[in-house]
This record gives sequence, C-alpha cells and structure tokens, in this order.
Amino acid sequence: MTDGLVRIQKGVFSIEEAVERVKGASKGIGGIVCFLGSARDFSRGKEIVRLEFEHYPGMAEKKLEEIRQRAKENFNIIEMAIVHRVGRIEIGEDIVLIVTASAHRNDAFMACEWAISELKRITPIWKKEITREGEVWISETP
Amino acid sequence: MITVRFFATLRDMAGVEVKDYPVGEPLTLKELKKRIGDDFPALREIMDSRSILVSVNQEFAKDDSVVRDGDEVAFMPPFSGG
Repeated sequence: MTDGLVRIQKGVFSIEEAVERVKGASKGIGGIVCFLGSARDFSRGKEIVRLEFEHYPGMAEKKLEEIRQRAKENFNIIEMAIVHRVGRIEIGEDIVLIVTASAHRNDAFMACEWAISELKRITPIWKKEITREGEVWISETP
Repeated sequence: MITVRFFATLRDMAGVEVKDYPVGEPLTLKELKKRIGDDFPALREIMDSRSILVSVNQEFAKDDSVVRDGDEVAFMPPFSGG
C-alpha cells in the first residue's frame, strides 16, 4: 500500500530501510523524526514474558493510511511511514515505527507525536500480554 | 448473509471468530445486536458498552447504522496498538 509507506507485518522491520523509503520522497527533506515502540518486560505490576498483537486485516491498514494522509494535510511534513508488527513479539523487540520527514525539524516532531497518539486511538490493533500467571488482552491505551 | 467478526477479548468471549447471519431486509445494527445477543449471551451486555467499537465494511458505525446482505460487521474492544 502506498509504495510500502504504511505496513502491517509479522516479521521484524528495518528502521534504516523505512527512513530511506521516506527520504526517497524528496530532496527537500531536512529533518526526520522516528518514534520506535518496543516491548518492555514489566507492565501493570507484572513481569511480561512476551506480547502478541492482533489486527483487523484491511481496516487496520486503512486507518494507518488515513493517519498518513491526514498528517500530510494537517502538518507541514513531506512524507511519513508507519510500520506496525503483529503476531508474537518477544521482550526487547520493536513493535511500531513512525517516521516523519519535513524541511525543518519542528513539523516532523509534531506530526510524529500526533501520529502515534492517533494510531493508538483509531487503529484496530490489540495487544495481549503473556505473563507467568496467564494471558490478558489489554484494552486501554496509555 | 451478514458476516460478523469478533476481535481480541470479544472473540474469546464469543468462542468464535466469525459468524454469518442470513438476512432478508436490511436491519439496523441495534437489531443485529439483538440477534447476536441471542446466540452469544456472554456478549449481550458488553456489546452495548460505550467502549466497544463497531464497524460496518471497515468503517466505524453506530446503533442506527443500517446493515444489509453482503456487509461485514465487526465488534471490537478498545484498541491497544502502538
């Protein structure tokens, strides 16, 4: 979808590759901001063994593309990429990457912050935490 | 046929991922929920919770949205991606 600028995938992603895809949009890019979300080992007072993410295929990709389009309309950015992993994710592995690029850094910072919040709000993706005591679907977005 | 999908904790509660509902005339989501509640009593209350999101053909929808033959309806707990 959209030259691979929005992706949901099972496997690990390359930050460098995503940055290059974004950079390819224009030589006018002067600042790039990345948000990288990764799997931490402790949550809600419990030790986490691993995470599992599920998505609504089709709708989740559509929402990520909507976020990208709205970010380009509402912020002064040149391009944006979003990658989210699903399936089993081990502690320490990366979960989500947002790359925003603009002529000057401030626009990229603002768009990146907005995009991760919006992703959490409107994208049908769910996280399950697997602990030693059992598994629990997480249904709030801190 | 309307295809109803349940995600995450709702799927666990329903015990199924997908359920097809044969329909004649178009009906509202509220009417469809009643039929789903009859089949899955465990979902009856939670389906009306304000935190549960519903989509029709992958667009967010409300109780008075009309669904018809061929539509895909999804019941989704609050998102926790990112």
